[in-house]
Amino acid sequence: MTLDPKIPSGPLQEKWDRRKQELKLVAPANKRKYRVIVVGTGLAGASAAATLGELGYTVDAFCFQDSPRRGHSIAAQGGINAAKNYPNDGDSIWRLFQDTIKGGDFRSREANVYRLAQVSANIIDQAVAQGVPFARDYAGYLDNRSFGGAQVSRTFYARGQTGQQLLLGAYGSLMRQVRLGSVLLHPRTEMLDLVVVDGHARGITVRDLVTGKVASFAGDAVCLATGGYTNVFYLSTNAIGSNVTAAFRAFKKGAFFANPCFTQIHPTCIPVTGDHQSKLTLMSESLRNDGRVWVPKDRDDKREPGSIPESDRDYYLERKYPAYGNLAPRDIASRAAKEVCDEGRGVGPGRRGVYLDFRNAIERLGESTIRERYGNLFEMYERITDENAYRRPMRIYPAPHYSMGGLWVDYNLMSTVPGLFALGEANFSDHGANRLGASALMQGLADGYFIIPYTLADYLARVAPGAVRADHQEFRQSREAAAAYTEKLLQVKGKRTASDFHRELGRLMWENVGMARSKESLTSALKRIPELRAEFWENVKVPGTGEQLNQQLEKAGRVADFLEFSELMTRDALLREESCGGHFRIEHQTPDHEAKRDDANFAHIAAWEYQGEGKEPALHKEPLTFENVELAVRNYK
Amino acid sequence: MNLTLYVWRQAGPKEKGRLVQYEARDISPDMSFLEMLDVVNEDLIRRGEEPIAFDSDCREGICGACGQAVNGTPHGPRKLTTTCQLHMRNYQDGDTIYIEPFRALAFPVVKDLVIDRGSLDRIIQSGGYISVHTGGVADGNAILIPKSDADTAMDAAECIGCGACVAACPNGSAMLFTAAKVTHLASLPQGKIEAGRRVCMMTEEMLRQGFGNCGNHYECESACPKGIRVRFIAKLNREFLKTRST
Repeated sequence: MTLDPKIPSGPLQEKWDRRKQELKLVAPANKRKYRVIVVGTGLAGASAAATLGELGYTVDAFCFQDSPRRGHSIAAQGGINAAKNYPNDGDSIWRLFQDTIKGGDFRSREANVYRLAQVSANIIDQAVAQGVPFARDYAGYLDNRSFGGAQVSRTFYARGQTGQQLLLGAYGSLMRQVRLGSVLLHPRTEMLDLVVVDGHARGITVRDLVTGKVASFAGDAVCLATGGYTNVFYLSTNAIGSNVTAAFRAFKKGAFFANPCFTQIHPTCIPVTGDHQSKLTLMSESLRNDGRVWVPKDRDDKREPGSIPESDRDYYLERKYPAYGNLAPRDIASRAAKEVCDEGRGVGPGRRGVYLDFRNAIERLGESTIRERYGNLFEMYERITDENAYRRPMRIYPAPHYSMGGLWVDYNLMSTVPGLFALGEANFSDHGANRLGASALMQGLADGYFIIPYTLADYLARVAPGAVRADHQEFRQSREAAAAYTEKLLQVKGKRTASDFHRELGRLMWENVGMARSKESLTSALKRIPELRAEFWENVKVPGTGEQLNQQLEKAGRVADFLEFSELMTRDALLREESCGGHFRIEHQTPDHEAKRDDANFAHIAAWEYQGEGKEPALHKEPLTFENVELAVRNYK
Repeated sequence: MNLTLYVWRQAGPKEKGRLVQYEARDISPDMSFLEMLDVVNEDLIRRGEEPIAFDSDCREGICGACGQAVNGTPHGPRKLTTTCQLHMRNYQDGDTIYIEPFRALAFPVVKDLVIDRGSLDRIIQSGGYISVHTGGVADGNAILIPKSDADTAMDAAECIGCGACVAACPNGSAMLFTAAKVTHLASLPQGKIEAGRRVCMMTEEMLRQGFGNCGNHYECESACPKGIRVRFIAKLNREFLKTRST
């Protein structure tokens, strides 16, 4: 099978306009006859469901949380990029495009990224119209800040809660459609299977998390906006419930999974304190605007940070990357932190931490300015660590944060299963091998507000509405299989809890498939994962029954999928014999330890096809061509 | 440290619930309150007992999913802190802790500490938004907003919808929740056009969902993990009265 990304012809700047002209439309009176299923209500899902509802489609929106307002987009802190050039500092659509392609280490599609930069400005306008309270200056204009990987200020923000405010904006629009009857909401409902009839996505099978009832919903198209998979590492900045299940089960039904090894390790998180820990908390990257990252020059320096004079500090990001300094992109800043800790110069308990110091900024700007910019982050830091970051530098360390990989989609956001679309973090499309800060919110909302409403119509216009109902045989089989799977989990009746397995898998993945990967570590993980998975199916203990609210059962199902998905991710990392962005193979580095790409052999998207249980997945390659930017070595020095 | 817990156990919405005693052993002061419950649950599972059901998701104080009354106080003793961000260093060895769900007429118990807060979503559905379609809007800087208004809007918009204000109120009122959304939108020029209709629809829906009225106890503000101020309730009342005076 050849993967056709369906990129429009013509110059880069005209591709999206050209595509919009080519796309078919659905007449207003016919829209309500089409039922669209949207899974996930974070930024991508909520914006898509609301917009499709506004357009007149009949929408079913699903989320596993008790309310659609709780999707994990809500936790995004720092901001959202847009090529508005309000500060007049030289920004443009072209520059945002270029920064994103370069930031992604030349492993994303030019056409997708350009479109993202084009619609970025519309997102800000839309959010302002919804009443999102972005930061303003004293004249009432929108304020901007700068972010990692960029030399312009293009990031819009709402204190340290930009994701929350944007999500509440989309949630408001979604609730309006619920009120108007175009969207039917299904909270506390988890997708367990994608139903494919005659090669087309026709619906989903779900479990009602309160009653345990397994049911199916038929639709004319299915949009997955189910987020990322970095909880495969157990400890990550994701929410406890974030999981790969919906995407992975779609993979098992024929949707290709692209670049699963591309995961982002965020440089500024609160370090791990102990085995009990259930998650890692991110401190917004925006802190790097005013905070300076350092460790002691001498590994045996035991002094309190405040007593270490300037001459004994190593501001290693400023030293190594003078052009970008503390604003070096995430993958580079993370690896640099790991490097100094590997040298034994880490700080804090366990010595896996570096300082993020605000002393100079407080001296320069005053404590009240810093409080205004980051007050809530400093409070959060204090609650978790019991330390006052106005007085003592924060301790930070990298943590798994975002997955650039995801379901393969073409330019129209459609997967390899016709009628199945993937949006936001759930797809792989725009960030290449590394995502720049403040670009996740931008992509989620671009997909949901401004892309899917156009491209979905083109698909729907080609199919008859309501062709398949949920009493179709495929749906019945899907329900039976989902119920049997649940029963199988309950019947193992072993000794170890699902969390226990998850913790072990996470440690295995972090050590072997984390920030630095080698042939040896990946091969050993590929050997160990199937063993752990076999043990899981012999020894997991899931209490209770399937006919009730059973959080352990939910957890076990998600862990079971991580135990399979992790193998796919590791295999992808093993086959990609190069370093690029967040994927760092220690065999492939430059003499000064930077990622060394191999464009001759790996300038492609690796898309994996499921071949059945126990069989190795098949690899398909979509070549990446760069006609508008020059493939260059990333240089942030 | 070791603690004695009394936890509300209730099998389902219609079942009778009761407080059950558990021992939490070897708890580290660095654990969050929910991580402490994770430890208790792991122990219960290993012993073949049913673990305690409770909601949580982001575990960084922003999603609003978690929420338990700890010794009678929603989200526990620490000001401006959700249950997931409450750390065990706030407790001492030998302490006894009572853990219950957020209680209110409009928040039926689903199981143990899990409650149904769909009533808050329905208040928002009744008008807690600006009725704008996607597309066709003006440039973001075409609408100038005084910084102080934008700041007030943001102060109110920080609500995470956890329901602590309702659980803290002797009347089970959602006035603070509703007021926060009304204030957020009514402080902005974009939200003014629908302000009158919005406040009427939302307050009506609030009563329909079984929430009580404000009795000026201010317990809501005290329990709110995001510091939403009761003066927003005054704003809500003012917005409401404006619709009557014309």
